[in-house]
Formats: sequence, structure tokens, C-alpha cells
Amino acid sequence: MLVSIYRYNPEVDTKPSMQEYEVDLPEGKDLMVLDVLALVKEQDASVAYRRSCREGVCGSDGMNINGTNGLACITPLSAVGGPANKLVLRPLPGLPVIRDLVVDMAIFYQQFEKVQPYLINDAPAPAIERLQTPEDRAKLDGLYECILCACCSTNCPSFWWNPDKFIGPAGLLQAYRFLADSRDTATEERLSDLDDPFSVFRCRGIMNCVAVCPKGLNPTRAIGHIRSMLISQGT
Amino acid sequence: MVTNATSFSRSGLSDWIIQRFSAVILAAYTLFILAVLGATPELDYESWRAVFSQNSVRLFSIISLFALCGHTWVGMWTVGTDYLTGRQLGGKGTFIRLIYQSFCVLLIAVYLLWGIQIFWGS
Repeated sequence: MLVSIYRYNPEVDTKPSMQEYEVDLPEGKDLMVLDVLALVKEQDASVAYRRSCREGVCGSDGMNINGTNGLACITPLSAVGGPANKLVLRPLPGLPVIRDLVVDMAIFYQQFEKVQPYLINDAPAPAIERLQTPEDRAKLDGLYECILCACCSTNCPSFWWNPDKFIGPAGLLQAYRFLADSRDTATEERLSDLDDPFSVFRCRGIMNCVAVCPKGLNPTRAIGHIRSMLISQGT
Repeated sequence: MVTNATSFSRSGLSDWIIQRFSAVILAAYTLFILAVLGATPELDYESWRAVFSQNSVRLFSIISLFALCGHTWVGMWTVGTDYLTGRQLGGKGTFIRLIYQSFCVLLIAVYLLWGIQIFWGS
């Protein structure tokens, strides 16, 4: 299989380039993209990429695989689109490249930090724990599972054009996760912080985020819920 | 909270509501004009003038004109702040965006005042 990889080392290269590798795949096995990268690394140890848990939990190996963002460790070759027998790997689009497939995620984390992704409750802490009904707990399903791999936000044109102002689908999913939490008491403040023309309303609902989320989550639906809450509070 | 001085209403929610509400008005006006065209197979100057000499049609037209202008500004502002920025164009981005925004405001003002004159004059 021909594997074409985006190569860029800012200390040496003046501009990025694509480098091709011919990789022999074992017969009768449907390898994950990350396994193919490991085979490439055996040929050329200088290829840089992030990886850790290799089972879709840590979110380290988000990359652009034949034009679609995904996690290399849980994307089997059989599920990769594009031309057969060719694999094109690029870093997540829209973020500065540190080296090869490794991107600088600082701006992505800054947007995440903006939504105060932690429980805010001004009532005195109870002796054991803050209880929640099973119905209220169920509202957090589909929200808390995000692993911050950045596949969604870096597939979103609104985030490409305004990564410093638009929170992006990953951050907004977390914003709604705390807006929907029955134990959180800062709902009004959270909503007021989001009511500007960029933070939420740059979402144009094209659903690229939904199409690529490796965990099958739906940030567009969460953004719709935030919008409904803003309408209830602000009109 | 990201502040912005040039968006239509400073509030993302208001801009969003204005854009949706004006879209409904413009859709209704489009259907109305199509219905007029459909109901008048031989459209000449006199019949066209008769339609627009009714106060209700003039009022509907002017409301639609206001809706069009609000809708246009929200949309053009969004396009400008997506593509005409320092991030996309380098150091001159803000200057280019302000020129573009001034041009849009001026053009919208001309269309609005000229349109009111056409609908409400003579």
C-alpha cells in the first residue's frame, strides 16, 4: 500500500511536503491506520505523530485520513474512503503544525477553557455528594463522552476562519454539558457569556462535526439546545 | 463573551432572530409577488401600477425592504468577519474589512432610501 504523509519540520524545512512510503500489509488482516503508521515508522523513524492508548479513548491521534478527520487508532483501512490502496495522512486542518502530523492545540484548549468546563454550584457542599435523579443524569448522555480529540472543531470552517472567537463544536458540546446539568447553578452566567455574534452563533449548522466525531456525538444538536436556551432567556 | 462594535445589534441572539424573522418576511413577500404575477397573465404598466398604488402593498413592500436591508447587513457582516480578517489577509485585513463594511452600509442606505422613495413617492 502507498502511504503519503505530510512532512514538515520547521527547524529544517522551509515548507511542508508530502512523502510517500510503500508499506507491505499482512494478508487477511484489516489494519487500523495507526498500525500502518507504525509500519511506516519502522522504515523511517523520523515520522512524528501522537498516540497513546491506541483504542479511541485518549484522543491523541486525531488526523486527516484521506481527507476526513478521524482517530487513526480506531479507523480500519476498510473504512477509509478515497482511492483503494492509497492512504493520505495529513495533520488536523486549521491548527499550526509543530511537526509532521503533530499540531499545536493551544487555541482549541483556550476555547474549551472559555466555557468553564467544570461544575459551578454556589450552594454549600453536602456531606456526601450532590444527588441527581436518573432522568437528570440521562440528559448528560451524549455530552460527557467527548475525549477532546479536536476532529470536529478542526473540520469546521467557522472554526478555521475564527478559531480565536468561535468556541467550536467541541467546546460548545461541553458548554451544553454543564448548561444541562441539574447540579450546576451558573446557567444564567454561562448563557450571558455566550450571547455574542461569534461564540455560538458562528455555527452555520453544516454538521461537519457530526459527520466526523469518532465517538458518534452530535455537537450540532447541543448547539441547537444552547440557542434555544438563549432564546428562552433573552427574549 | 466576544465583543463586536459593527455587528447589527451587538448581540448574537438578536442578529440571529433578525435574520430568521426577516427571512420569513422576505419569503412571504416573494410568494406574494409570484401570486400577483400568476394572477395577472397580461402584465402591463397600468396593472402593475394599480397593484402598487394600494397602501397595503406599499406597506408590505417597505417592510420587506427593511427586512432585506437588515438581512443583508447581518449576512454581509458575517461574510466579512469570516474572510476579510487579519488572519486571512495579514496586516491590512482590518483596514480592508472596514472599507468593505463602509461600502456595504452605504449601498444598503442608498437602496433603502431610494426604495422608500419609489414605493411611497408618486
